[in-house]
Amino acid sequence: MSTALEIRNLSRRYGPILALDDLSLTLEAGRIVALFGENGSGKTTLLKVVAGLLAEYTGEVLVHGERPGPATKAMVSFLPDESFLPSGITARGAVAMFTDFFADFDARRATALIDDFGIDSRRALKTLSKGQREKVQLALAMSRRARVYLLDEPISGVDPAARETILATILTQYDPEALVVISTHLIADIEPVADAAVFLRAGRVLFAGDADDLRAQQGMSLDRLFRTAYQTPVRS
Amino acid sequence: MDFDPGQPIWLQLVREFTRRIATGAWPAGERVPSVRDLAAELGVNPNTVQRALAELERTRLAVAERTAGRFVTTDTTLIAAAQLGSARAAADAYVAAARGLHLNQDAALGLIAERWRPDSPTDASIPTQEH
Repeated sequence: MSTALEIRNLSRRYGPILALDDLSLTLEAGRIVALFGENGSGKTTLLKVVAGLLAEYTGEVLVHGERPGPATKAMVSFLPDESFLPSGITARGAVAMFTDFFADFDARRATALIDDFGIDSRRALKTLSKGQREKVQLALAMSRRARVYLLDEPISGVDPAARETILATILTQYDPEALVVISTHLIADIEPVADAAVFLRAGRVLFAGDADDLRAQQGMSLDRLFRTAYQTPVRS
Repeated sequence: MDFDPGQPIWLQLVREFTRRIATGAWPAGERVPSVRDLAAELGVNPNTVQRALAELERTRLAVAERTAGRFVTTDTTLIAAAQLGSARAAADAYVAAARGLHLNQDAALGLIAERWRPDSPTDASIPTQEH
């Protein structure tokens, strides 16, 4: 498998706070990577840098050999944590918007997924439940034929049934040659879906590796590994 | 299927797939479902499924045909051995539990005879739901 994402000595500062602290990480194509970390550990900042939304950083970031910019945006599908769609828009309107914005967007696939979710595509998104809105946004993000998918907390704040649907959608819709990075603090929910895991703490990588190898080495679930590792206070 | 997240998932899949072959849920000589279908059915990562299927090939319970896909072995001796292997693992678990309750061998065997009712499915080739 080829390298999809190569990060070397990446730092990003917000005023006095170092959100990413000399972080280095290499991720292969064809994997579903769980990105774990407490609030404030740098998950969202990292995804935004890779997505090309934060230009101010030091270090090197390469997405399939290219620095984040127009060329990588064409191959990276980013699902942000907060809603990124105009509030009055309908699902149908959002599909039209994505068709205009992204050459790799498959409108038919998105429409079929939204239908499968049982969501009325003529209703304004703001009138839908949070879980339904998250499903619409996921359908949009997964319907691009991207080489890298960055999903920031796609399962937070939705009920277990919706969570299952969302995870099943990620499993069935992604291209086996693509890299999928899912950030979450709900580790137990995505344990079986991920084949690699990255644990962030205070802007650095605490552990990274093959999920089953980590389980075998540490003799515990990723969830327990996370709880154990994060019980110790951050060294400063 | 529920996984024990404390153990490597691919090993749990190897046991599950072996059980499916041993019970005939995946019949001898038939095509093994695709990685994508199995990943969707079980809610696990496709690479993890791939790793488990590679192990089945290594133990020769499954055979890859270059273009046609992956098939369950037609070697009935191997399948019978797999069935016995799965049963042995269940027996070990029972023995360990019985020992933990301070039962002796006679008592443990007596309990099996008592619970093995005539109406219980004694034909080992019937696929069962539990695992």
